[in-house]
Amino acid sequence: MAEVSRRPPLLSILIALAGAAFFLVPLIATFNFSLRMTRGELSFAAYRSVFESDTFLSVLGFSTVASLMAIALGALIVVPTAYWVRLRLPHMRPLIEFLSLMPLIIPPVVLVFGYVRLYGTSSILPLTMTETGTNILLVIGYVVLSVPYMYRAVDNGMAAIDIATLTEAAESLGASRPRTIAFVIFPNIRSAIVSGAFLTFSISLGEFVITSLLNRPAFGPYLVQMGQDYAYQPAALAIMAFAFTWVCMVLMELFATRRPGQRLLQWRAPRTVEKAKS
Amino acid sequence: MSFLTLSGINKSFGANTVVRDFDLAVEPGEFVSFLGPSGCGKTTVLRMIAGFETPSGGTIRVGGADVTALPASRRKIGMVFQAYALFPNMSVRDNVAFGLRIAGMTRAQIDARVAEMLDLIALGHLADRYPYQLSGGQQQRVALARALAPRPNLLLLDEPLSALDAQIRTSLRDDIRRIQRELGITTVFVTHDQEEALSISDRVVVMYKGRADQIGTPAQIYNHPTTRFVAGFVGKLNTFDARVAGADSLAFGGQEFSGLRRAGLNAGVPLTVALRPEALSLHRRPGDELSLPGRVQHSSFLGSVIRAQVEVAGQSVSIDMFNRADAKLPVAGAPTEVWFTRDDVLVLPEVSP
Ligand SMILES: Nc1ncnc2c1ncn2[C@@H]1O[C@H](COP(=O)(O)OP(=O)(O)O)[C@@H](O)[C@H]1O
Ligand SMILES: [Mg+2]
Repeated sequence: MAEVSRRPPLLSILIALAGAAFFLVPLIATFNFSLRMTRGELSFAAYRSVFESDTFLSVLGFSTVASLMAIALGALIVVPTAYWVRLRLPHMRPLIEFLSLMPLIIPPVVLVFGYVRLYGTSSILPLTMTETGTNILLVIGYVVLSVPYMYRAVDNGMAAIDIATLTEAAESLGASRPRTIAFVIFPNIRSAIVSGAFLTFSISLGEFVITSLLNRPAFGPYLVQMGQDYAYQPAALAIMAFAFTWVCMVLMELFATRRPGQRLLQWRAPRTVEKAKS
Repeated sequence: MSFLTLSGINKSFGANTVVRDFDLAVEPGEFVSFLGPSGCGKTTVLRMIAGFETPSGGTIRVGGADVTALPASRRKIGMVFQAYALFPNMSVRDNVAFGLRIAGMTRAQIDARVAEMLDLIALGHLADRYPYQLSGGQQQRVALARALAPRPNLLLLDEPLSALDAQIRTSLRDDIRRIQRELGITTVFVTHDQEEALSISDRVVVMYKGRADQIGTPAQIYNHPTTRFVAGFVGKLNTFDARVAGADSLAFGGQEFSGLRRAGLNAGVPLTVALRPEALSLHRRPGDELSLPGRVQHSSFLGSVIRAQVEVAGQSVSIDMFNRADAKLPVAGAPTEVWFTRDDVLVLPEVSP
């Protein structure tokens, strides 16, 4: 073993290079293609054309709002659930974890057809009959799709702190359960929630199946439509979506590694010890 | 009137009864320790006082009021945990202020009280640090200040020193006792360390298998244990199987000793006799009345103490003697006499297992 690891790991490097090429070559090709809208020169014309389109801005706005609502609703459902399960029903955790994975097992098509049947014209709660109702269904669909990621992120965040003892400490100081959740539990798993939020955002922003079957004017169907109608703009959109995902990842990482009392991009200066007395 | 009263407390988890018929009355300002081996139910009793567990039977009164059914958040009881349990997202100052904010005090009142508490634990200069920037000992002092800030009726500490290293443990132990005296707050302290319990408590409750085996001052517990478990758990002990030989005499170690009372027991009843290592000597001291013959097995020099193992009546007996400049180390194999006084003989009701 020791001998192997001392040799330059040529094979590993080759595999890594092959993997990187597999990923980078199409990316570079797409990027290159997206710059060639104006014949004979490299330009950002395709990007400009995308940004000048009113449809682009309106679908992006719609999807952003829907995704943010999905994040808020998801966090409101997942955080108290994960908290309660860890605090009071620890033996149920494997079951809840399994349930949280269901959205990965059940295809979104099944989910959305279920919705349409349940909340369609003849149901007692005909959500699909109105614009608002359909939007609500869309947000709920996004929440369901993001639950596996949100639950995992939040549950991991809770594993990192001793929530049972922190809860007891807060209660012995007079805090009610809601206050404990708001002032002690929530702030301590904020970075976990933020990671879950970025994942939710990147899933729901480009979501296609549920969105198009509910016929919503959102980003996912728009991307597909563009792909059918144009050549260069979809490449530009793909590159932008890719860049956006990476920005999300970086922000997630920043939030996840931040310690209390630090700003997001603070340089870790040697800590200064203040003089006594407050 | 006692301030904290536990009467007939029982607690079961499913079929597993972990606290049985627990009675205790704690006086105002008293410092009481629960001492016992791991798993004997100390934490469970403490958590019932705090309100984190509900007794299966019995009542808990604080200051005359029945709090058995009151939720923890309304009991006004300060709690310190073994693992500190500081809020990681809050600075030292905000941790200490937490209970005051919940109580709805004004900003000025909170600032004043926080400063006062940080002075008490001598950590005013670290007010803006976060828990992860503090040592274990500092964190536990902050936890103590946080628990005391809202002026609770009672202070409960669950093995607060167990996670700390030896030196800090002793100094923080003394700090806890000093602060407790200064504030005059009624305190219950849980530990499995007998030295800790004996050194800081007004009274000690020795717990065994969910029961209070003996309740008494540290001196009573150590000098006059009433059960074999207490005698063995609190301090080191040499035990002998004994039996009642007459109205005032007991037989053990192959001899019969008179002047040892065991009222009301018939001759032949088996008992246990216990002798502390420090009560025994290989030299006859003034006051030593009784002795048993033995043979030195080995001895070691421990600085202030000389420790010898002596074979007496077929069993090995530990002896601790103060070291003096003229003391000689007992020689292995040498015949000797083991001396003690009548008062040193602890007669315990149970037969050794
Ligand atoms: N929540 C619980 N559920 C089931 N058993 C418990 C629970 N809490 C404590 N016990 C059991 O009660 C017994 C006493 O525990 P504890 O009070 O923590 O002991 P100690 O603090 O003296 O070490 C142990 O056997 C433990 O397993
Ligand atoms: Mg315990």
